[in-house]
Amino acid sequence: MEYFLSEQQKTLKSLARRIAEERILPARAELDEREEFPWEIIKDLANADMFRIFIPEEYEGLGGGCLDLCLVVEELSRVCSGIAVSYAASALGGFALLEYGTETQKQKYLPDIAAGKKLTAFALTEPTAGSDASAIKATAERVKEGYIINGTKQFITNGGEAEIYTVIALTDKERGARGASTFLVEKDTPGFSFGKKEKKMGIRASSTRELIFRNCLVPEENMIGKEGMGFIMTLRILDRSRPGIGAQAVGLAQGALEAAVDYARQRIQFEHPIISLPVVQNMLADMAIEVEAARALTYAVARTVDSGAKHFTEEAAMAKVFASDIAMKVTTDAVQILGGAGYMKDYPVEKMMRDAKITQIYEGTNQVLRNTIAFELRKRKAMRE
Amino acid sequence: MNIVVCLKQVPGTTKVKIDPQTNTLIREGIENIVNPFDTYALEEGGRIKERCGGKVTAVSMGPPQAEEMLREAISTSADEAILLSDSTFAGSDTWATAYTLAKAIDKLEQCDLIICGRQTIDGDTGQVGPELAEILSLPFVAYVSKVEEIGNEYIRVRRMIEEGYEVIEMSLPAVITVVKEINVPRLPSLRGLARAKSATIPVWTAEELGVNKSMVGLSGSATRVVKIFFPQRVCRSEILQGDLESQVDTLVDKLREAKII
Repeated sequence: MEYFLSEQQKTLKSLARRIAEERILPARAELDEREEFPWEIIKDLANADMFRIFIPEEYEGLGGGCLDLCLVVEELSRVCSGIAVSYAASALGGFALLEYGTETQKQKYLPDIAAGKKLTAFALTEPTAGSDASAIKATAERVKEGYIINGTKQFITNGGEAEIYTVIALTDKERGARGASTFLVEKDTPGFSFGKKEKKMGIRASSTRELIFRNCLVPEENMIGKEGMGFIMTLRILDRSRPGIGAQAVGLAQGALEAAVDYARQRIQFEHPIISLPVVQNMLADMAIEVEAARALTYAVARTVDSGAKHFTEEAAMAKVFASDIAMKVTTDAVQILGGAGYMKDYPVEKMMRDAKITQIYEGTNQVLRNTIAFELRKRKAMRE
Repeated sequence: MNIVVCLKQVPGTTKVKIDPQTNTLIREGIENIVNPFDTYALEEGGRIKERCGGKVTAVSMGPPQAEEMLREAISTSADEAILLSDSTFAGSDTWATAYTLAKAIDKLEQCDLIICGRQTIDGDTGQVGPELAEILSLPFVAYVSKVEEIGNEYIRVRRMIEEGYEVIEMSLPAVITVVKEINVPRLPSLRGLARAKSATIPVWTAEELGVNKSMVGLSGSATRVVKIFFPQRVCRSEILQGDLESQVDTLVDKLREAKII
């Protein structure tokens, strides 16, 4: 399919594919098995300037947009979604700073993020606040020297490995979601520690950890934006990052489709390769249609974001929901086509199926995001009346 | 530290054909790659530059399409690249190649260290590095697996030998050839690829190098490939008959006859 990518986009896509095939492919099974954070590969990505893509040129980045990031995430995810998400989460953790940070804050942090010297993480979810993000309990109390953060963040991607954390905490408990603010917390800040590292079904090479804040003092200059802006900011940041989850899902589905086609061409049953069986052909055809449709939607939404549109909540949710549902279906079908072999760890598709599940869950469950889309539909209908 | 890395473009497949007239490889129409050993040389050049500062210049003698390979070198570790290309260079053996490369290195203002791969995967001779050192009258170490220390005036390296390694220190400027154990070559970076795209790669011809034309190309080559062929392997088998004693006796006789025992 012709997606009219720019020369720069074609270059970064092909370089991301090369890294995926030369560096990630030989390591993915072991990293998954050992639940090991892929530091070597993160270094390769940093050396290849991949962390510069989403940073503006004035902060030593390459000034790419949402689509550029999606292309890289897709290529990495085609080979290993766990590694793709560790990379993508570092973009997510930097978005608040990029969009709402002051010049001083940007100068201080962005060049190191661009160089891949420091990973970032975004910390919103808490044990009692998942889909209902407004129910967060972590607090940031104003004191003379800055803010004192207390509370626990849960399931934080890149937790423990990142140097810079974007943390959402309440500066005004009375006002609920409207009392939330955004803070940058550096790894070695006193009072900031890490809880248990989660053992996961999929994306096992990525790190998912608890963040614990006990009287953690952060200076005032570490607040991003104004007091009370945290929740609004969060919604916007997630709108911007959701096409990235779409791209992750597209990459996963693409990898699974390729594995299924390869296997179906080689596997002989009833004296013929199983790809000559109409029932298998139909499955593969549907998988191919779905992957391409998910890709087309994801790229279109990413382009909408890059066009400078102000509101794209609905579109971003659509890309994420559609692509992740497709990823789950296509990876499941790939396991089915590989049959007994597909269920075994010697083949990559069982990992892809495990990795796919999370894309329907994180950055807004597909159920909550369908609510969001329906809400926008109602709003528009009401506006017309 | 000015580092020169010598690179060669080689056929990327094993399906190369040989020109029956000249007994050299037909390079046209075959996908080309950087000689894999040279990528380790380039990477080591890049690493030394990162440690000591300076610049890495990639030099290759070859047909015009070798420019593509030199751009690839700029996308990873090379700061600049020079292509030595002239129709008179065609058919050079290792000595004529080393002579041409040496002329180019003479033309470069200053050169502290020359790094080559241990050998190419097409010619497989491993001669260009040492010949280059000989022509330039520079100290030389082959099969380097680690650069232990490098200063302004000396280099200490590990050289692979059959059972272990030797540590050798020599003065700079010098020539080394490296083995694949020395490093893992990096992939290009996006900024490197952009730099490579816009880089100007000068082409130095025989005239610009001021070479003696009788010393380059086929006419300057001291060696000729006379014949390339697959060695013929003849297998014969014979089943011995009779009782065990006589079989053993016959076998011993036959082995003596064949001068095996």
